[in-house]
Amino acid sequence: MMPLVLTITAVVLSLAAAGAIIRIARGPSLLDRVLAADVLLAILGAALCIDMAVNRHLNNLMLLVSISIIGFVGSVTVARFVADRRKQPNES
Amino acid sequence: MSPETISADAVIDTVSAVFMVVGALMSLGAAIGLLRFPDLMSRMHAATKPQVLGLFLLLCAVGLQLRTWWVWPVLVVAWIFQLLTVPVSAHMVGRAGYRTKHLHPELLSADELEAVVQQAAGKRGFTDDDE
Repeated sequence: MMPLVLTITAVVLSLAAAGAIIRIARGPSLLDRVLAADVLLAILGAALCIDMAVNRHLNNLMLLVSISIIGFVGSVTVARFVADRRKQPNES
Repeated sequence: MSPETISADAVIDTVSAVFMVVGALMSLGAAIGLLRFPDLMSRMHAATKPQVLGLFLLLCAVGLQLRTWWVWPVLVVAWIFQLLTVPVSAHMVGRAGYRTKHLHPELLSADELEAVVQQAAGKRGFTDDDE
């Protein structure tokens, strides 16, 4: 059963990562890109969790926590220093 | 295989497999929401799915697969850390988004920050929300 679960989750997470990357590339504003990068980090953490669950080890746990620290620090920093540089508002 | 011979191992495996698939679908839901929702606030709503519930389901799957009791406190610590950091960053992003007008005001059903911003602007002698 585990190889089937691994295949399904690999396909689903690849599609999700592709969607988040499309939003990073297309995203009209900086905050949209920050949000999509946060989601991409969450997807990466989900992949690490699935690797731990399928292969039954805990090696990735510290990496998971540090990924959430990186996402936190990154989005707080960018949100603190964001400025409005668009020509016309509400275009999003 | 008759129902009596289903072992606890198989039940735990099935439950953790369901948790893993549902947790991965949370990520897919967040990506679809990011692509389809119209503005920053509604995209933020979609983005929180894999960060909290998805991570909870996947950490439960890890704990079920390892089959030892001592991993559960570690997983709970990892999840609580995520629960503490995600609302802070979402608050900062939402605040910056409101301040730089990254929202469609006609899509909001209630704007409770509007009155506070107006009051603060009047008290400090500002007419515009220049920060």
